[in-house]
Amino acid sequence: MEALGNQRSRREGGGPLAAAEPRASWLSRLEHAAFAPVTETSRWYYLWVAFLLLVIAWGVYAYSHQLREGLIVTGMRDRISWGLYITTFVFFIGISHAGTLISAILRVSQARWRTPITRMAEFITVVALVSGAIFVIIDLGRPDRVLNVIRYGRWQSPIIWDVLAITTYLTASIAYLFLPMIPDLALFRDRLAGRVAPWRIWLYDLLSVRWRGTGAQWRSMGTAITTAMILIIPIAVSVHTVVSWIFAMTLREPWNSTIFGAFFVAGAIFSGIATLIIVMAVLRKVYHLEEYITEKHFVYLGYMLAAFALIMIYGNVSEYVTTGYKLEEGAEFHFRQLFLEQFAGFYWFYFIGGLVVPGLLVLFPRTRNIWGVVAAALLVDVAMWVERYFIVVSGFRVPLMPYEPSSYAPTWVELSIMVAGFALFALLITLFVKVFPIIAVWEVAEDQESIETAPARRPLAPGATLDPAEGG
Amino acid sequence: MVDDQRDVPAPRPRLDGLQIGRRGFLRVIALGALGFAPLPILPSLIRAALGGSVVRSMGDAARAPSGRIRQWTMIIDLRHCDGCQSVGKPPQCTAACIQGHFAPEPMEWIEVFEGDLPGGGTQFIPTPCQQCQNPPCVNVCPVAATFSTPEGTVLIDQDRCIGCRICMAACPYDRRFFNWGKAPVPPEAQLARYSAEHQVPAKRGTVMKCDFCPDMIRSGTLPYCVQGCPKHAIYYGDLEEDVATNGEEVVAASRFLSGNQAYRLKENLGTKPRVYYVAGHGEAVGRDAFAKGRMPTKWPWAETVNGAKTWKR
Repeated sequence: MEALGNQRSRREGGGPLAAAEPRASWLSRLEHAAFAPVTETSRWYYLWVAFLLLVIAWGVYAYSHQLREGLIVTGMRDRISWGLYITTFVFFIGISHAGTLISAILRVSQARWRTPITRMAEFITVVALVSGAIFVIIDLGRPDRVLNVIRYGRWQSPIIWDVLAITTYLTASIAYLFLPMIPDLALFRDRLAGRVAPWRIWLYDLLSVRWRGTGAQWRSMGTAITTAMILIIPIAVSVHTVVSWIFAMTLREPWNSTIFGAFFVAGAIFSGIATLIIVMAVLRKVYHLEEYITEKHFVYLGYMLAAFALIMIYGNVSEYVTTGYKLEEGAEFHFRQLFLEQFAGFYWFYFIGGLVVPGLLVLFPRTRNIWGVVAAALLVDVAMWVERYFIVVSGFRVPLMPYEPSSYAPTWVELSIMVAGFALFALLITLFVKVFPIIAVWEVAEDQESIETAPARRPLAPGATLDPAEGG
Repeated sequence: MVDDQRDVPAPRPRLDGLQIGRRGFLRVIALGALGFAPLPILPSLIRAALGGSVVRSMGDAARAPSGRIRQWTMIIDLRHCDGCQSVGKPPQCTAACIQGHFAPEPMEWIEVFEGDLPGGGTQFIPTPCQQCQNPPCVNVCPVAATFSTPEGTVLIDQDRCIGCRICMAACPYDRRFFNWGKAPVPPEAQLARYSAEHQVPAKRGTVMKCDFCPDMIRSGTLPYCVQGCPKHAIYYGDLEEDVATNGEEVVAASRFLSGNQAYRLKENLGTKPRVYYVAGHGEAVGRDAFAKGRMPTKWPWAETVNGAKTWKR
């Protein structure tokens, strides 16, 4: 992946513009960094895409096998009737919270450092939602009847709440990704004409919706972004709340919890931040964005990761102390399997490796750097997947009647499809950065401008280099 | 948003500040509410457009002589259940149910669990679908494939079920079974007319369970499990007419339930089952509480079908 992009040298951890550098040259370098993924494609890129396609093709084969034979080819059975598919679904919906948090919450709270990473966060949201929604359909015994959900949908069912919440969130996320991208698409349309394939120019022209950068257009877009960012926060919270309610609305001891919704939302944001850190690190390396995505971004996101690790630890304590103290029927069995027996390895990896260690990695000054934060994020993502897994499977394993507890082991079909799902996630991100602006050029420039003119608080003048209408 | 000076280069507004204003905010909220308002009736509109949401081939509700709809119930007298230990066969209620419904292996729509007694030893608990009056499975079904009937039973329409299995997660009695593979269909079941009341043949990728045999009652026969029980431990009846029978004697359901301090499984969950139990461990038919174990259930009909595909629970 090293060879991707160009070989221009950069200031490591650049940050604010050096006072001596003329603004025009800084801007043109920013634009160049944004254009690079679109204009330059290396051999490695095709190899990577081919590899991902291969993995997905294998997953499609596994799924076709499942379609032919039925869900009998999975490890799921009557007593543990959900497994890897639902785990992965919940995990993907969780990491889709990356976009909302970084973009909407930081935008609302006017955190300026967010600008170079918002676009990536919004990519992740859309891509993770698409990848996650597929897993629900894969889990169905009768995917041919999926439209019954619309035809016979009942509002009393948590599944319908999920369908509504996720489709709403997907629509809102696409809008929220698209809106701030319009000026950048116009920039691409104007600057890349003649330099890239005609279909791209056609696409940018179509998607930039005749953006000319006039005052009225800026004002309209500002209102639209503000509206979207306010609306998308409650939608995102509702999404993971109702995902948890698929479990919490049943009469099973381990899921019978009032904090399940809040706990799932916290876990979702937690894994969303971790995924954003990982994607950021990869794209930064591959497309040489070191000047814009600096150590500061990793450390700030690392702080958020640590804060959410504390919230998650608190959630664990709150959840397990209140049920464990009383130890109602079924709770004893659950506690034994979770802390001591079948799921103990998973649980303690999650608690120590996924909550305590990442928190320490960020808080300890010697590891509070890019490598430390990325390592913490990798741990968190694995641990959060593991958490979803033991929540689903251990919940089913508690016997409801006097019978021997069942066991669950995923088959090659489930594993192949799950890996293909992650490959699809990676592929969609890979393709996305090849077509769309990877960083929000105008937001970064605006942010830069405000740093330069901080004392005067002067708004960015229209018709600057960035403004295609006047600049061309 | 129309701006009459739209072509005049104006200072680009900062997008960080919340500049939407109260009026604009209210407008957004109102539009949002209007957007969501039609959603609850959307499925009804779609159904109306496509036509037909009635479940296929379900008979009319059975009525008592008073004209009121019958309320089916089952009373299982555990004092008379010895798990068929004395017969030396697998539980015969389960066996009769399996043969009668061609229930795919390993489904035991009525399953005889062996529960522990306080001083050691065991009791046998034949457990059909509890036919809850507050059924968790019906509550969570996204497509109304499982539903409550006027007779107080819970049925499944396997032609509508999408196989999401949330009902299986919701059922606190472990009484729902999934067709993980393609279950074999014996020749005699080929001609059966499928209905939610008579789930033959089994359909791959859908959920099945005890249907309380309302079709049999309407034709004047007791359910397979009641007929199959050699000790007459299972009573089937109608709470509306206050009558129940085990095929041998007829009792007044209310007096029988109260007089014997009948209980329901997991009463604390509030599911309000229609299946009642009279506590016991087979003592009325001479079973020793410490004689553990029952014969494993078999699926004789499935053995006669070539290439039968089965799975474990």
